[in-house]
Amino acid sequence: MTFTLTKKKADPPERARRGPGEIRHLGLLGALGLLVVVGLVTQPGEFATGGNISGILTLAATIGVITVGMTFVIIGGGIDLSVGALMALASVWATTLATQSYGPVVMVLCAVLVGTGAGVVNGLLIAYGRLVPFIATLAMLVAARGLGQRISERKTQLIRPENNAIESLATTRVLGLPLVVYLFAAVAAAGWVLLNRTTFGRRTFAVGGNPEAARLAGIDVRRHTLALYALSGFCCGIAALIIMARTTTGSATHGDLYELDAIAAVIIGGTLLTGGRGTVVGSILGVLVFTIITNLFVLNGLQTTDQLIAKGVIIVVAVLLQRRGLRTPT
Amino acid sequence: MGPPPEPLLRMRGTVKTFPGVKALSGVDLDVRAGEVHCLLGQNGAGKSTLIKVLAGAHRPDAGEITLAGEPFAPAGPTAAMRAGIATIYQELDLVPGLSVAANVFLGHEPARFGFSRRGAAETAARDLLTRLGHGEIPVRREVGRLSAAQQQIVSMARALSHDARLIIMDEPSAALAHDEVANLFRVIRDLTGQGVAVVYISHRLAEIREIGDRVTVLKDGRSVANGLPVHDTPTSRIVALMTGREGDHAFPERPGVPDGTDEVLRVENLTLDGAFADVSFTVRAGEVVGLAGLVGAGRSEILETIYGARRATSGRVLVDGKAVRPGSTGAAVRHGMGLAPEERKSQALLRYDTVAANMTIAGLARYSRGGWLDRRRERAEVLDQLKALDVRPPDPDRPVVTLSGGNQQKVVLARWLLGGAGDPGGRRLLILDEPTRGVDVGARSELYGLIRELAARGVGVLLVSSEVPEVLGLADRVLVVREGRVLRTAGAGELDEAAVLNMIMEGSAG
Repeated sequence: MTFTLTKKKADPPERARRGPGEIRHLGLLGALGLLVVVGLVTQPGEFATGGNISGILTLAATIGVITVGMTFVIIGGGIDLSVGALMALASVWATTLATQSYGPVVMVLCAVLVGTGAGVVNGLLIAYGRLVPFIATLAMLVAARGLGQRISERKTQLIRPENNAIESLATTRVLGLPLVVYLFAAVAAAGWVLLNRTTFGRRTFAVGGNPEAARLAGIDVRRHTLALYALSGFCCGIAALIIMARTTTGSATHGDLYELDAIAAVIIGGTLLTGGRGTVVGSILGVLVFTIITNLFVLNGLQTTDQLIAKGVIIVVAVLLQRRGLRTPT
Repeated sequence: MGPPPEPLLRMRGTVKTFPGVKALSGVDLDVRAGEVHCLLGQNGAGKSTLIKVLAGAHRPDAGEITLAGEPFAPAGPTAAMRAGIATIYQELDLVPGLSVAANVFLGHEPARFGFSRRGAAETAARDLLTRLGHGEIPVRREVGRLSAAQQQIVSMARALSHDARLIIMDEPSAALAHDEVANLFRVIRDLTGQGVAVVYISHRLAEIREIGDRVTVLKDGRSVANGLPVHDTPTSRIVALMTGREGDHAFPERPGVPDGTDEVLRVENLTLDGAFADVSFTVRAGEVVGLAGLVGAGRSEILETIYGARRATSGRVLVDGKAVRPGSTGAAVRHGMGLAPEERKSQALLRYDTVAANMTIAGLARYSRGGWLDRRRERAEVLDQLKALDVRPPDPDRPVVTLSGGNQQKVVLARWLLGGAGDPGGRRLLILDEPTRGVDVGARSELYGLIRELAARGVGVLLVSSEVPEVLGLADRVLVVREGRVLRTAGAGELDEAAVLNMIMEGSAG
């Protein structure tokens, strides 16, 4: 009984206070709405079809899962440039003939373990080796791509027919959407819960916002940093599964420049690049904005070069708008 | 002696107000060409603000300043420098990655023909260094690779490169070894011999005796003595001027700690190389122990080492008789310690977070159920503490940066009070480093009351303050610290302000 009472009393002011954050999301939602309108106007017969929507979400799934991990790393005051390469490495390792011989379950485990393991290496270098995150993960980017090429001998590795359970993640549809979209949704939801409803999430904000204050509050900042990069690596492992399912291959060239797309999505989503402030929801909206832009350009037969220009402009505008929103008294 | 010459710099009734604080409330200062004019005052007396007014970094709200007879109202630091006032801050503002010559001419490189003329800069820098008696400093070397003393010389060369008529030196000897200080004094005498005026700020009375001509004493933002001749003024008079305070704070009563009360903290021969050595003391439950000493005497280092934020070279820290793993703040917290650090902004506050998140960050374990946040309990306890500490406004969802300094400090203290002292998660020892810094007068008394109340609930308190009266008024026992050593431990009643100031400035135990 008392529970409901406290809840009713306590929650409304909190919601009211968080207004500015929601207004920022409103901006993103507005941009998203605008893009949808553009799609409906320019390609009325194509944009709103089930096939196209499903396609957009499937495309968004890979980068979206990576972006969830990236959001944590950036809120925690770091950056992870190795995400695309880690995804590629995980996809290669999970599709070698040796791994494939153990069946799809082992392939899944392998992808996730490789991603997480490489993330742990990132974390160790940064938290305990005191390397700057930019440098440590840049080195990991280069090394992981190289390792992927070495393992695959620069060949694209096909998933063998007996392991097509992996492929079915992209082909099996529930309510019209492939399973990978649900996987993406599940990761995003888990990310939101982890950030907003657990002590881990609270500590992430503290570690990114003021590492010294976090340390003096008794938080083990280094262990936490390690965990953040491991989490990002874990997300790369999941993303590897999605790309394997979509392309039925493992390749050292998967996910080229994904790190930039993921960082861009996080930033337009309202997360501070310097850490301490950010949301999972914003990042997901950022991913959707970028994916829909790509889709619109493709549907309208426009050049991909112009698409890049549009993305660049969006990043700048989003950051300028945020800076205005960030200004606090004193 | 002859009639006093017309002063080079003349300040009358200078006032500078910051939101909520009157930093300067009437300062007179006369500095003559060719003299070393010492500026004395306790922490918070207004010295830094005064320097920044002269350096053009702050604009005064009232009062008149003339430099060589001309009104002096610089638009900014560059203008002040052009007018002939150079400032050498305690934290030298050199660029470590640039060469000596580039630093000397930073911002006004000889580049008259559109190209920077490195050769000319180097020659000119070499001349200036020679003029300072340090022609041996290589002008092409990176400044970051010079010693602290050499960097100071480079700073002075930079001042001279602006044809400074008045050089302000903020604690120039703080980072120097003994023989380097002698050298600094020689350079200062050369400068004054050339007619340059020097405003010299130091806490060390002995130095002022040696180098100073006249002294101006600041207290509570006011000049209480203007231009006393150093040689005719006894130390006791200077100390009296610095301390004779009006409007003393009412300190709460000290009930005293009964003999036989349990020890909360025991520090045994704690040493951190380069900071402090061989520190031993105890804090009993309900006792407030104060550390008195100057900035840089090792006070904060001692506190941070006890708390595990720095790793001791040797020695032990025990809480309730159990040794605490060194170098781990997590271990310190688990043993029941809590720290309110010196720099609220950089060491304590999560500036993007709300009051509530700032309050619970150190106590998240309390609200963790297998990692899940028990948000109801968190919120309930935050509301309790907001009420108990009278934080204004008592709104848990407000961004913490919008609170006043005093209320921010309460939020930082509240981190360690969630659930109250009777709670199993309650603290055994609170370490408070400058708990009233940046806190206005009214909120101070409240904080004093709060600290006493905590002690009354059986918490041990270890307190550092630069303001000697605060330590003496608040603590049961006082440790006087100078240059990394505990000079004396005594009941607060056995010490008075002048004696403590004498000890921390001159080191004469007695």
